[in-house]
Amino acid sequence: MTTSELIQRDREWHPPAYTKDYKTSVARSPRNALLSLQNSDSELTGPTFGHSDFDLLDNDLIRNYAKSGDPIGERIIVHGRVLDEHGRPVPNTLVEIWQANAGGRYRHKKDTYLAPIDPNFGGCGRTLTDDQGYYVFRTVKPGAYPWRNWVNNWRPAHIHVSVFGTAFAQRLITQMYFEGDPLIAKCPIVKTIPDQRAIDQLVAALDLNATIPLDSIAYKFDIVLRGHRSTFFENRPEGN
Amino acid sequence: MVQPLNYLKESASQTAGPYVHIGLAPGAAGFDIYRTELGHDITGPNAKGDRITVVGTVTDGTGSPVKDVLIEVWQANADGTYPGRGAVEDGFRGWGRVIPDFDTGKFSFETVKPGAVMGRNGRPMAPHLNLWLVARGINIGLNTRMYFGDEDKANAADPVLNLIEQTHRRDTLIAKVDGSTYHFDICLQGDAENVFFDV
Ligand SMILES: [Fe+3]
Repeated sequence: MTTSELIQRDREWHPPAYTKDYKTSVARSPRNALLSLQNSDSELTGPTFGHSDFDLLDNDLIRNYAKSGDPIGERIIVHGRVLDEHGRPVPNTLVEIWQANAGGRYRHKKDTYLAPIDPNFGGCGRTLTDDQGYYVFRTVKPGAYPWRNWVNNWRPAHIHVSVFGTAFAQRLITQMYFEGDPLIAKCPIVKTIPDQRAIDQLVAALDLNATIPLDSIAYKFDIVLRGHRSTFFENRPEGN
Repeated sequence: MVQPLNYLKESASQTAGPYVHIGLAPGAAGFDIYRTELGHDITGPNAKGDRITVVGTVTDGTGSPVKDVLIEVWQANADGTYPGRGAVEDGFRGWGRVIPDFDTGKFSFETVKPGAVMGRNGRPMAPHLNLWLVARGINIGLNTRMYFGDEDKANAADPVLNLIEQTHRRDTLIAKVDGSTYHFDICLQGDAENVFFDV
């Protein structure tokens, strides 16, 4: 049993490892060139997850950590599809998200921002896409928060997103931003991405059609993973 | 003008940031939310083969430990079979998440030693773990492999290790053996920088 190889990752579309204005990358970026590998089973296979791994509320951040009531903040629905580069849905794949609360504070030992922890908000969720590649989360809109890079840097409101696909080489972590946020254009992490079109692709659109009237506003965010190459003809084995 | 090809572009990567644990390992972030956290058990209880421990540290270009890194492991079972490619032991997922100690940066995980797996063009690859590293300051996840120091013959014939032109850099991918414990340090930058792959 074989799987066709993946379309090569476009390294001019993704951020490079070394981006001087995102200072933490300076000492954490490899200086040697990456070694290009043609795919083998080590890259083309990957873990799978099933419904028995999850509980019903795992994708509902308004409820999954609620102790004494709902979390504070603007109630939102984040929904969309996981697709490959051919536009085909990626079904039954794991999507995990994490975010700050409405005040911009993370529930993490290492976050010391003065905004308060919300006792009813954990800040993480996970789900499997359905057979059409759809996923949905309910949450509150995260707040902007300051971070140490230059003295006065503020992250735009964002949700961190982790996706698997079917091959370990499709593994991807990215961030979702919100339409209309003026901090997007000022963020050194956003600007690690060299191509404005690639940045625009990470900005979720306000989706009034998916809102729940008088309850929650909605944003639509599609995620694209690497696609498999079309193999119309067998590849001639390399000489070796 | 020509016809548009109409491919979509892969979503661009962004750093996992310092709080990646909230999303992928909330227990490590300091709270309990899910019934089962994913990635704690690579092999399940029924895996055949040699039980091993892998220990190490990820360091940056200044030689400091990267304490907030998260590593994912993907591997075949002791027969060299990846889940999805053939029968594996009940409960063998072949995948796990590794989180170093926040104070020291040292990591440790248990698994079984994988078998050799078939590579391209019918050439077997020496036993190895596939690793993917994300952290604050890493703009796109880094792919590398860990090979085993007690597999000299298989390593010498491995088609991927043999692609590394500077032969001394092959050693950056080979773990040192100490009984059933393998030591594998990952250096992100500098003289001992690991080989990372564009897969
Ligand atoms: Fe963040």
